[in-house]
Amino acid sequence: MKYSPLDSKLLETIADLHGIPQGAFNIRKDGEGFRQSSANIEIIPKKDKPGIDIVVKPGTKDESVHIPVILTKSGLKDLVYNTFIIGEDADVTIIAGCGIHNSGEDVSEHDGIHEFFVKSGARLKYIERHYGQGDGTGRRVLNPTTIVTVENGAYVEMEMVQIKGVDNTVRNTDAFIHDRGALKIIERLLTHGEQEAVSNVTLNLLGLDASGQVLSRTVAQDNSNQLFKAALVGKNRCSGHVECDSIIMGAAQIRAIPGLTAESAEAVLTHEAAIGRIAGDQLIKLMTLGLDEQEAIDTILAAFLR
Amino acid sequence: MLELRNIGLSLNGESGEAKEILRNINLTLEEGKLYGITGPNGGGKTSIAKVIMGIFSATQGQVLFNGEDITNLSITERARKGLAYAFQNPPRFKGIQVEEVMRIAKPGIDEMSIRGYLRDVGLCPEDYLARDLGANLSGGETKRLEVAQVLAKESQLTIFDEPEAGVDLWTIQKLINLIVTRHRGGANRTAVIISHNEQFLPVCDELVLVADGEIQEQGPTNAIWPLIRDDIICDCQIRNQCGGGFYEVQPS
Repeated sequence: MKYSPLDSKLLETIADLHGIPQGAFNIRKDGEGFRQSSANIEIIPKKDKPGIDIVVKPGTKDESVHIPVILTKSGLKDLVYNTFIIGEDADVTIIAGCGIHNSGEDVSEHDGIHEFFVKSGARLKYIERHYGQGDGTGRRVLNPTTIVTVENGAYVEMEMVQIKGVDNTVRNTDAFIHDRGALKIIERLLTHGEQEAVSNVTLNLLGLDASGQVLSRTVAQDNSNQLFKAALVGKNRCSGHVECDSIIMGAAQIRAIPGLTAESAEAVLTHEAAIGRIAGDQLIKLMTLGLDEQEAIDTILAAFLR
Repeated sequence: MLELRNIGLSLNGESGEAKEILRNINLTLEEGKLYGITGPNGGGKTSIAKVIMGIFSATQGQVLFNGEDITNLSITERARKGLAYAFQNPPRFKGIQVEEVMRIAKPGIDEMSIRGYLRDVGLCPEDYLARDLGANLSGGETKRLEVAQVLAKESQLTIFDEPEAGVDLWTIQKLINLIVTRHRGGANRTAVIISHNEQFLPVCDELVLVADGEIQEQGPTNAIWPLIRDDIICDCQIRNQCGGGFYEVQPS
């Protein structure tokens, strides 16, 4: 498979890819997959629907899988179902992401339904970046659905980033965390122009000493609109924390709605939410170091979303 | 080198009414000298610094730097011309790391030099280089990092606003030595220390006493310091607290 300079730029932006990666990978371009398995990580195309199964052997250590998706055709609607099975005591990193280049008038859309089964004692780091570009009037739409089962003693960290250029997104994330399992979700999201973003996250803390954390940092510029809902449901002796922190600019709107439900007297659930403009003293401070106002704003936003 | 000519400053108070903060401020800072500005809380010391830096726009008068009228220049323009200000209460940032802000202060600075500045203010580079300038730092750590940033900037005129505030006793002397050593390093730089600290003020070449929005006294440290030393140390004769005149102790 050969990449155009446009493909390469998208792959670099969403997955830090410079050429074909080492080890297992699945690169999906305009609905067509190109893949390679490794000795410990098998990538199997689904037979009944579009998508792949990624199966990591128990005990696999320090390996990574790249599974980026790029859309370059205007009007394409891509739907995939991916299933990830991370074997017992494995420790792996999965780098996903979707980049859309839309230079036409029609909507380009990628809907990814990702289901994770992280087995006992396994550790998973999952990185997903979304990005849109192109000078067409067609909207760039990304709707990820993520369902995570964290089995006993497993640890999962999910870093989900919307870099820029995505006109509409509805992100649904549901997690089921069992005994001593832990899940940390870090969400960073930028909207601008007339863009709209909705993120619904629910962590079901099912097991004894299960823990969950949702850390969301977002920036809404121009006339964009964001809705962030994060729910923690504690059904046992468990702990959970939600933190949503947003910078609002221009005529943007942000709604942050954390929700806590304790169904056990031993559940400890907390939340913090803050929405505000860039603090004036931060701008002034950077200007006293020699940055102009726009450079100071860019520096603050880039750092906030890093 | 820097001259304030008949500076006045009014700011809107909480009620929306203009309040006079500074009046008739005339001050000349000469190249290569170390100045101390002192006086009671709310007297106008920080406001003078902010007028010099362009954070507050003077409602009257002129600010001249190296003979150029910079009264209408922005903060950024003044910073680029060679003015620096270490904040009394430095803001925190989410996600900006120590190394990054040092590189903003001094574009092109190498890592060895950054490490050197951190060591100078008593912070271990290994522990702080990658730290966020966020809420996880203590007030004293933030102040020391603030001093490191403005020192790295190597400006012609640097104002340190209460550099000792929040800093532990063991570090204050280190900061004094650092600022004096850097200042006397032969680069002909001018420094202003706004302070109430009896360790900082005597090392200055000249002192300026500010109260009620005006300069009350200014001159060589050996002439001014005896006037105010006892007040600063015992803090008992400040106007409005004990009803007496301001700094009435006579030179011995």
